[in-house]
Amino acid sequence: MSVNDPKKFEEAIDKEVLEDNGVAVPPSSFDGYNSETNPINSESYPEMLDDANPDIDRVPETKRQKAEKLSAEISRQNLDASLKAEAQGKKKKIAQNYWAVSWNIFRKDKLGMVCLVVVCLLVLIALCAPLLAPYDPDTQNLQAMLQPPSAEHWFGTDNYGRDLFSRVIYGCRVSLSVGVVSQLLALAIGFFAGVAAGYFGGKVDSVISFIIQVFSSFPFLLFAIIVMFVMGPGLANLYVALGLLGWTSMARLVRGDVKRLKGSEYIQACIISGGKPLRIIMRHLLPNCVSTIIVMATLGIPGAIMSEASLSFLGLGVQPPMSSWGQMISASQPYIQSSTYFSVIPGIAIIITVMAFNLLGDAMRDALDPKLRS
Amino acid sequence: MASFDEKDIVLKVRGLTKHYPIKKGVFGTSESVVHALENVSFDVHRGETFAIVGESGCGKSTCGKCVLRLTEPTSGSVMLDGQEFTQLKGNELTEARKKLKLIFQDPYSSLNPRMTVADIIAEPIDIAKTYKTKEERNRRVDEIMEAVGLDLSYRSRYPHEFSGGQRQRIGIARAIVLEPEIVICDEPVSALDVSVQAKVINLLEELQDRLGLAYIFISHDLSVVKHISDNVMVMYLGHMMEKASKDQLFAKPLHPYTQALLDVVPKIGPGRIQDKRILQGDVPSPANPPKGCCFHTRCPQCMKVCLTQEPQELEAEPGHIVACHLFDKDLAADQKEPVAINSAEAAQL
Repeated sequence: MSVNDPKKFEEAIDKEVLEDNGVAVPPSSFDGYNSETNPINSESYPEMLDDANPDIDRVPETKRQKAEKLSAEISRQNLDASLKAEAQGKKKKIAQNYWAVSWNIFRKDKLGMVCLVVVCLLVLIALCAPLLAPYDPDTQNLQAMLQPPSAEHWFGTDNYGRDLFSRVIYGCRVSLSVGVVSQLLALAIGFFAGVAAGYFGGKVDSVISFIIQVFSSFPFLLFAIIVMFVMGPGLANLYVALGLLGWTSMARLVRGDVKRLKGSEYIQACIISGGKPLRIIMRHLLPNCVSTIIVMATLGIPGAIMSEASLSFLGLGVQPPMSSWGQMISASQPYIQSSTYFSVIPGIAIIITVMAFNLLGDAMRDALDPKLRS
Repeated sequence: MASFDEKDIVLKVRGLTKHYPIKKGVFGTSESVVHALENVSFDVHRGETFAIVGESGCGKSTCGKCVLRLTEPTSGSVMLDGQEFTQLKGNELTEARKKLKLIFQDPYSSLNPRMTVADIIAEPIDIAKTYKTKEERNRRVDEIMEAVGLDLSYRSRYPHEFSGGQRQRIGIARAIVLEPEIVICDEPVSALDVSVQAKVINLLEELQDRLGLAYIFISHDLSVVKHISDNVMVMYLGHMMEKASKDQLFAKPLHPYTQALLDVVPKIGPGRIQDKRILQGDVPSPANPPKGCCFHTRCPQCMKVCLTQEPQELEAEPGHIVACHLFDKDLAADQKEPVAINSAEAAQL
């Protein structure tokens, strides 16, 4: 390719535009590109997120000039080696781009960060429950029934003399697992239903949209009660029931996203190249829906935790002696006046968890949604 | 312009028609259709640039999309290298699609924001599985990036980091990476500013010389068309109006519509554009096109026959095809009687 003046001119314009957008442009990008043996060239640019890659050293000007002279002599083999090295570094770069920007936005959200810490703590508590709980949560001690909080029993004891602190810690396992597993299930169903409806359109869309309408027009709790009644109580069935309830909103959102993205030209380009639907879905649609999905799942978890609490309260969720927060509130009902702490403590646990997930979801939406970025 | 013989025809489009049904009523029973494309025929020769021009909404882009089967044409045939492209299915279709690529108008929406430049360019290769090893694939990507003037260090960057001109280069790289025979350029430069336009046009020409590509160049910009094309087809309301070599068409436009179109191209020189023949009225709705010649509602030389009879494609001069009754020698004198149509009447029709 011949080098002529208008080319440089355009390059200059391109550069200007990029710099307007806050993108640092390599000083000699055009002059450098024709000499293909130039591995330094590809690493010496200050990247667009300058604070996001401390690992890339900025080579001083004179050093780079020397290196460029050297690199001109480097053989094809060396180029290949450098290409490989860059290919290895590529994953890092991908992560840097979209996710690093999102993380930078998220980091500035103090409430979001607090919630993230709380959620991390909750997960740790759930994972390390046997280590943290001072007593076995199911061991009854009828001599120490309904004791108020004390040094011995931090949160007091319940009507069978079981340590409430231990039970709250073990209940955390149930609540979190219900939230996460049911949302994963909802996500799996919702994503594929949404993609199928949005991508294929026509009759598939009509049928799936109709099913979504039917599912979402059931009274929420009533539907869960029916499902639990049919399948019988238990943790596994609770996952399924809540997953079946949660997928509709996910499917709706994914369907909308897919419908919007389907008309985009890069998908047309993929079709022209002979891309099959699976490729289009996995390579083009999924990456562009992922922020919606993450936000939806995070916002869905507190809903599922609440529903678990409600169902357990009604006796259709987790079965005794297994502890769950909802079930503890249910058990505390007769003692609500005499031993208020018994119902208040699991209630506070639910409030903290639900709020943490809700606010985390909000913060994540602010960080992940490119449309909300200023 | 080099003369092309029959054998060099790489794409033969015959009677391409596209109707979009307008859904009405409770059950979506279609009552009327939008005539987006009506009986369009043309040939594209190997290595030539075939331009399709016309105003917005005249069916230029629909024509390109129907050829590519991005929307299925209602009827008509598209022969690609002697193969009926509209009938292909499955693997045959995938195979034939390698020969046909598209460059989009908007460089901002035609690149997936979540894919790196290298992955975007390599996508056609990845789908066609042209190269077995990753090294070969990457080398090909580098080759193409160099060919379109993209710095190799951009390989793992994302589209949002680039300007319009550079994005269009990425789009071009993606289109030519499999060395297609025909590239349909759907207004490839109209979203770019003028200096960048010139660069992209030059790049397209350079690639054409090197790879022997044929372009179907869809544009409303006549100065660009005049620069790049070999043959030109003028469209109006989904119909072919005039088809000729660039030199013939720009030197001696026959169809009144083409004349009007060329008249309003801004020129430096004496005479105001207000003094030129400017078409009266608006483009009729393609859902309810005028009877007879679709242009008769705005035609300054409208005749009696134009109101009722649709003009056939006539070869007014060798290689110069025009769909207009003015060049029909078999018409009777009373049919040729001029009819004055004003825009108020046209609106009522």
